[in-house]
Amino acid sequence: MTTEKNGMSASRRQFLTGAAAIGAGTVAATVARAAEPDPLITEVQDWASSFGDGVDATPYGLPIKYEDDVIRRNVEWLTADTISSINFTPIHALDGTITPTGCAFERHHSGAIELKKEDYRLMINGLVETPMVFSYEDLERFPRENHVYFCECAANTGMEWAGAQLNGAQFTHGMIHNMEYSGIPVRTLLAEAGWNGEVEGKWLYVEGADASSNGRSIPLEKALDDCLVAIKANGEALRKEHGYPARLVVPGWEGNMWVKWIRRMEITDGPIESREETSKYTDTLADGTSRKWTWVMDAKSVVTSPSPQMPITHGHGPLVITGIAWTGHGKITRVDVSKDGGKTWETARLATDAGDKAMVRFYLDTEWNGEEMFLQSRAMDETGYVQPTKAQLREVRGLNSIYHNNCIQTWWVKPNGEAENVEVS
Amino acid sequence: ADADKKFGLGRAALPEEVAAWNVDVSPDGTGLPAGSGDVWTGETVFEENCAVCHGSFAEGVDNWPKLAGGDGTLDHEDPLKTVGSYWPYLSTVWDYVHRSMPFGSAQTLSPDEVYAIVAYILYSNDLVDDDFVLSDENFAEFEMPNKDGFIVDDRAETEYTIWSGEPCMENCKESVEITMRATVLDVTPDHGGEDGMAEEAAAAPAETTE
Repeated sequence: MTTEKNGMSASRRQFLTGAAAIGAGTVAATVARAAEPDPLITEVQDWASSFGDGVDATPYGLPIKYEDDVIRRNVEWLTADTISSINFTPIHALDGTITPTGCAFERHHSGAIELKKEDYRLMINGLVETPMVFSYEDLERFPRENHVYFCECAANTGMEWAGAQLNGAQFTHGMIHNMEYSGIPVRTLLAEAGWNGEVEGKWLYVEGADASSNGRSIPLEKALDDCLVAIKANGEALRKEHGYPARLVVPGWEGNMWVKWIRRMEITDGPIESREETSKYTDTLADGTSRKWTWVMDAKSVVTSPSPQMPITHGHGPLVITGIAWTGHGKITRVDVSKDGGKTWETARLATDAGDKAMVRFYLDTEWNGEEMFLQSRAMDETGYVQPTKAQLREVRGLNSIYHNNCIQTWWVKPNGEAENVEVS
Repeated sequence: ADADKKFGLGRAALPEEVAAWNVDVSPDGTGLPAGSGDVWTGETVFEENCAVCHGSFAEGVDNWPKLAGGDGTLDHEDPLKTVGSYWPYLSTVWDYVHRSMPFGSAQTLSPDEVYAIVAYILYSNDLVDDDFVLSDENFAEFEMPNKDGFIVDDRAETEYTIWSGEPCMENCKESVEITMRATVLDVTPDHGGEDGMAEEAAAAPAETTE
């Protein structure tokens, strides 16, 4: 699937066609006057005269064709194949906070499997009174909770450790989605199996039904606190690629632990130290030692527009700078935006109250008159933590930790409105 | 909701069902089935099942993971993280191979085949001699070279305390200079940089997604 026409991406075409308007922009706060009446107004258009589609045309709809560049994309050279791989949410083109499920990123280790509700089984075993098996139907009968949470891959922005590498917010920050989940608290399910109540030193090993299994060890305390077995996302059944019919939700923690197609939870006396918490999802520091169990995703933000895929095409005057922020430590309290590469900062407007471990949208409504900008955003969360620069991160971790890159991102907006991923001093 | 309340949903799992799915192996060897395998048997089984991606000597083919080599490179500019140079526990190798390999036909290896493959991977990493036999009985004795190479997440001490408080809002920097540009690298899809650009891209990403 490609959006290229004549070898040119949609955003590039949009940029070139829109670029002509730059310089012809109107002076702010004066009313522009058209030279000629607009035929789209003065002539009766077909859609104002004849029929549109009937209500039986689209039982389950997709976005209109004009939005066909708002899609997941992958980066071929990142992985050896597309089965154990990643794709990216088009965050540059979205607004608000809820990620449309159909373009929410995917990360699989042995592909997106097809598991019918009738074939689904969830086992609970280990240090429980009675090892149990639940059907999907059983899950639907437990009391449910609803929560909005972000799921961010530990490797999001990982390609940027060594330098500015991928030119677009979708590619630098798109291993993330934010959905409303309906699910059963893990504590409810463990109680059903007769867990004895001991937490200290106990772990929950969780695995999926797919070949990769994706087993991870979670401290029991966290599992009991706010983890869910989710059966719905954004109001409907989980998409196949997001774990249909059930997945684990681990609020605020790295996406790898959000085990999809969840088939088993085992209470253990210790961590299993599985492949996904030893070989992978461990963060190598400059001295060659590596951090393990770096579960929480720290406060992070990114300007989604303007950005390399969202150039300014409307000329001078009012400009909406917007982006997203999130933290695994609770709630975002503030997002600051800089237009000059971090010399000066303005506090942006949060569109809504930030939810717990959920994405929040920020806006800075401003004026742009063609000056070069170095756009940055800096998130703060309720613990007082301030999103660091890449230099600060590198100072502590070096260049090889792969995961957990929550650095401040810089977009260089040029006088023609085009934007580029850069690093600045 | 009352966390201790039981709803009477689900059913007891049968022992055979638990045995079928509960195959995880802990670092101390808990969970290992009885069995054994030697290096030379492992070489044969590896050649038949694994070498097409991982190479005859576990050195890796194309972009497929390298399972051997990289000893002493963890603090280098481009560390090579393999079973020998990086993995802390042998249990993980056994568990992961048994459960999730070969890629595309997982869970087709017998316990003895897995013991043999693991023995061969150790041999390929120069960690055992060619007469080595791995079994459930000697498994727990084996210590991996990088077992002490890991620390538990210490961000609370090394980062959170430093990166908090009221941040600078004005006159925060003298100057701003561009030090890196993504378009120079030109490896972003839709920008004509997809062909053969992987070599120039940073090595890290390939690792993120093996």
